[in-house]
Amino acid sequence: MLQAIGVNSIDDLFEEIPANLRVDGLPGVPEGMTEMEVSRLMRSRASQNTNAICFMGAGAYEHHIPAAVWEITTRGEYYSAYTPYQAEASQGTLQLTYEYQSMMTALTAMDVSNASMYDGASSLAEAVLMSVRGNRKSKSRKILLPESVNPSYRRTTKTIVKGQNIELVPVAYDAASGQSSMDAFKAFSGEDITAVVIQQPNFFGTLEDVDAITDWAHENNILVIAVVNPLTLAVLKPPGEWGATGVDIACGDGQPLGAPLASGGPYYGLLCCTQALVRQMPGRIVGRTVDLDDKEGFVLTLQAREQHIRRSKATSNICTNQGLVVTASTIHMSIVGPQGLENTASACHANTNDLIKKLCAIDGVEQRFTGVGFHEAVLKLDADVADVLKALMNKNILGGYDLSSDYPELGNAMLVCATEMRTQDDISAYASALTEVMAAQTTKVAEAV
Amino acid sequence: MLIFEHSKAGRQGAPQAPKQASSLKAIPDALLRKKRAALPEVSEMQAVRHYTRLSQKNFSIDTQFYPLGSCTMKYNPRACNSLSMLPGFLGRHPLTPDEQSQGYLACMYELQDMLCEATGMAAFSLAPMAGAQGEFAGLAMIAAYHQANGDHARKEILVPDAAHGTNPATATMCGFTAREIKTLANGDVDLEALKEAIGPETAGLMLTNPSTLGVFERQIETIAKMIHQAGGLLYYDGANLNAILGKIRPGDMGFDVIHSNLHKTFSTPHGGGGPGSGAVGVAERLLPYLPVPMVIKEDDQYRLLTEKDRPESMGRLSAFMGNPGVLVRAYIYMRLLGREGMVRVAEFATLNANYMMAEAKKRGFELAIPDRRASHEFIITLKSEARDLHVTAMDFAKRLLDLGYHAPTTYFPLLVPECLLIEPTESEAREVLDGFMDAMQQIREEAKENPEFVQGAPYTLPVKRLDEVRAARQLDLAWKAAE
Repeated sequence: MLQAIGVNSIDDLFEEIPANLRVDGLPGVPEGMTEMEVSRLMRSRASQNTNAICFMGAGAYEHHIPAAVWEITTRGEYYSAYTPYQAEASQGTLQLTYEYQSMMTALTAMDVSNASMYDGASSLAEAVLMSVRGNRKSKSRKILLPESVNPSYRRTTKTIVKGQNIELVPVAYDAASGQSSMDAFKAFSGEDITAVVIQQPNFFGTLEDVDAITDWAHENNILVIAVVNPLTLAVLKPPGEWGATGVDIACGDGQPLGAPLASGGPYYGLLCCTQALVRQMPGRIVGRTVDLDDKEGFVLTLQAREQHIRRSKATSNICTNQGLVVTASTIHMSIVGPQGLENTASACHANTNDLIKKLCAIDGVEQRFTGVGFHEAVLKLDADVADVLKALMNKNILGGYDLSSDYPELGNAMLVCATEMRTQDDISAYASALTEVMAAQTTKVAEAV
Repeated sequence: MLIFEHSKAGRQGAPQAPKQASSLKAIPDALLRKKRAALPEVSEMQAVRHYTRLSQKNFSIDTQFYPLGSCTMKYNPRACNSLSMLPGFLGRHPLTPDEQSQGYLACMYELQDMLCEATGMAAFSLAPMAGAQGEFAGLAMIAAYHQANGDHARKEILVPDAAHGTNPATATMCGFTAREIKTLANGDVDLEALKEAIGPETAGLMLTNPSTLGVFERQIETIAKMIHQAGGLLYYDGANLNAILGKIRPGDMGFDVIHSNLHKTFSTPHGGGGPGSGAVGVAERLLPYLPVPMVIKEDDQYRLLTEKDRPESMGRLSAFMGNPGVLVRAYIYMRLLGREGMVRVAEFATLNANYMMAEAKKRGFELAIPDRRASHEFIITLKSEARDLHVTAMDFAKRLLDLGYHAPTTYFPLLVPECLLIEPTESEAREVLDGFMDAMQQIREEAKENPEFVQGAPYTLPVKRLDEVRAARQLDLAWKAAE
C-alpha cells in the first residue's frame, strides 16, 4: 500500500503536521487490554454498583422491558447503521421511525411527532425555543415555568435558552395540594406571555388541572407546552385533548417505554406539536412518499429546517436523534401493546398508592400533599431525610429522592415511587425497614434532646 | 407493510405486562383517557418478525463498507455492547448515591482522564449528549469567559466555509453571529480573509483539523496566535480526531476548548441516527465553566460534581449526565485499544485513505485537492463526469448502493462541486478498498455507455429513488387509524 502511495513509511503520511507540535504516542493512556481482561474489569466494576430495591423515580423509572426489545434493537443492521440520509439503503430505520412517530401521535393525540430529541429535559428546552418562534402574537419572550416542573428540566432549559434573551418566569405551587396554583397563573392574565409549561403528572407526582390551565392560557394567547410521561398516557388524558383545543407542543422523556435506567441514558426526548407548528419543529422528521415505480417508501423530510441546509438560520443546531433508543421504544410499544401499557400504568398507580398507605402508617411519616397523585408521592418525615435514606440504603433499599435541596421549604421531604416492578414483598420490606429506621431516628433525636 | 397493518383488536403479547388493569377510581374522570390510543395490537412473534425484516432493509457497518466522510464509520466491537449491558450498569438509577455507584463512576472518571491525555486538554466533562451539544457547551463557555472578563462586545464566531452546518447553527443558538471565512484551493484557511475578519467583536474561531476537506491545516500555529492576540478563543470541532490520535493533540495546537464525538473516534454505535456523545474538554482558563455533572476523585472515592460545587459552570445539558450507555461503550473501546491501539487507529485510517486516494488518481478520478496528503479522508470531484456524461455525484452514490457499498458523503463540504467525501477508517482491509475503487470505475464505464442506466439507480434495493418533493409537499408524517 505504501508503494502505491509512493512513500516509504506510514510516518511519511503525517509529514504535513508541524514537527514541533507532534507527540510521540500517548504515554498517559493505559496499555491496551484483551477482551478477556476488559470483561474481567467490567464485571468487577458492575458489581461495585448497588443492586438495591428501587423506589426512586424523579424522572427515571424502572419498568419491565420484554427480552425481545433489545435483542432486536442490537441487531447490527440497526445498531451499526448511520443516519438514514441514503433513503434507499435505510428503509428499515426510516419505516421504523415513521411507525414511532405514528405511535407518539397516537399516545399524545397530537398531529405531528419528530424522530426524537436527546432527552426529556433538552426536549423541553427545544419546545420553549419553538414556542418563541411559533407564537407570533407574543413579543415578550416570557415563558411561565411552574416550580412543580422537574427541577433538572428547568435547569437544563435555562442553560439552553440563556443565549436567546428569553425570560423564564417561575410560578408557585399550592402549598397544600402540590398542584400548580391557578391563582398564580391568573395573576398573569392580560399580560404578554409567550408560553406556559405544564407537567402532568408534575414532579411531585400530583395531577394538575390541565384542562383549566390550557383554556386559561389559550384565552390569553399563550401557547401551551405539555411535559408528559408517555407511559401514563395509556390511561391519562392525552395533551392533544387538554382543554377545549388541546396543547400546542408536547414533550417528555421516552425512557419509561423500553429504555433501562442505565445511569440516566441514553433515553430519548419525545417532541410533538400541532400541524400549525410543524415548520418550527427542530430535529429529524420522517415522511411517507413513493418511489419511481409508485411504491411506498420513507424519507427524511422538511430538511430545510435543519442545520445541514439552513446553517446559521436553522430551527436548532440539533443533528442526531436518539435513533437506537427510539428503535427499542417502538419495538417495546408494539410488543406490550395498548392493553399492556394500560395494565402497566395502572399497576404503577396501584402499587404507589399501596406504598403510600403502608409508609404513612408509620409514626413520623405522612403524605405531604392532598392533590391526587399518579405513581409518585411526596412524604414528609419527622427525621433528617438524608439520614433516613442512608439508613435505608444500608438495608439495601433505594428509598426515594431527597427533596431538601430543590425544595427547602418542604423540610424533610422525599419523593417515592413504586412501579409495576415492585412486588408486595418489596413494598412490605420497605415498610418494615422504614419502621425500624424511623424508630432509631426518633430515639436518636430523643437522646440528643 | 406497517406494523399497524398487522394489528387485530385484542391481540397482545400477554406475558409482557401485568395481567389486568388496576383501579384508577382515585383519579377524577376528567383527567382520564377516554379513547384507547391507536397502537398496534400484535403478538410478540409478529413484532419480532416485522422488526427483524425491517432491519434487513438497512445498510450497516456490520453488513457493508460504509465510507462516509467525516462520519468515521468504523467497526463497533461487540464487547463494548455486551459489557455495557451488564445488569450492574443497566439497573443503576441515575440518582443512586455516589457511594453505591463507585464502579460506574470509576469508569467515567477514567474516561475523562483518557480523553484529557489523548487530546492534551486540562479537564473534560462528559455531559453533552451529542456533537452539537458539545459545540453548544463549548461556545457557551466562550461566552461565559468573555462575560466574566467584562468583554461584552465579543459577539462574533468565525467559521471556515468548509465547516459542518452545526457550527454556524450553534453560534446562533448561543447568541453569537456566525461569520464565514474563505478556504483556499489548497484546503488551508485564507489567512488574508481571516485577518480581515478578526476584530474587537471576535469571540472565537471554530476549526475542524484535519478539516472536512480531508487535509491538515498547516498554518494552525499562526491561526492560533492571530486569534489569541485579538483576545478570541479557539474551538476545536473533534469530528476528525480519528486522523491524528497519538500524532498531535488539539491542546498542543493551541485550542482552548474541544468536543470529541465519541460515536466517531471511540466507536460507539451510530444506531441509525444516535445516540451520540459530544464530551467537551478545556484548557485551564475555561475550567470553571465546564458543564455539570463531572466526576472527581477524592480520598479514593469517586463523586459527582453538580451546580452547587461549580457555581460558574455553563450549566446542565440534560436531566442526568449525558448518555451514560454511550460513555461506558467508549470507555470499554478505549481500554481495548490502549495507547498503542490509539496510535494504530490514526496510522491505519490515514494509510487507508491515502491508498484509496492514490488508487482514485491512478484510475483517472479528479481529486479536489490533488497535491496534498490526505488525512483519514479525501475528496473526489465528479464535475467532469457531471458535465460530460450527465451523471452526478448523487447518481454515483445511488449506483454504489446497487454494488453493495454504502455511498460516501455527497455534496459536503458545500464548496466542492459534485463531491464524494470518502473516509475508509482503519477497520477495512485492502481488498475492500480495491473492491470499492473497482465499483467506482465500473460505474464510470456504465455512465459512458448508458448514462440513463446510472441515473436510474438503484435497482436492487427495497425501493427505487424516492420522491422527496412529494414527501415535503404532501406531508404524511404519521399513520392514522380510520375513524
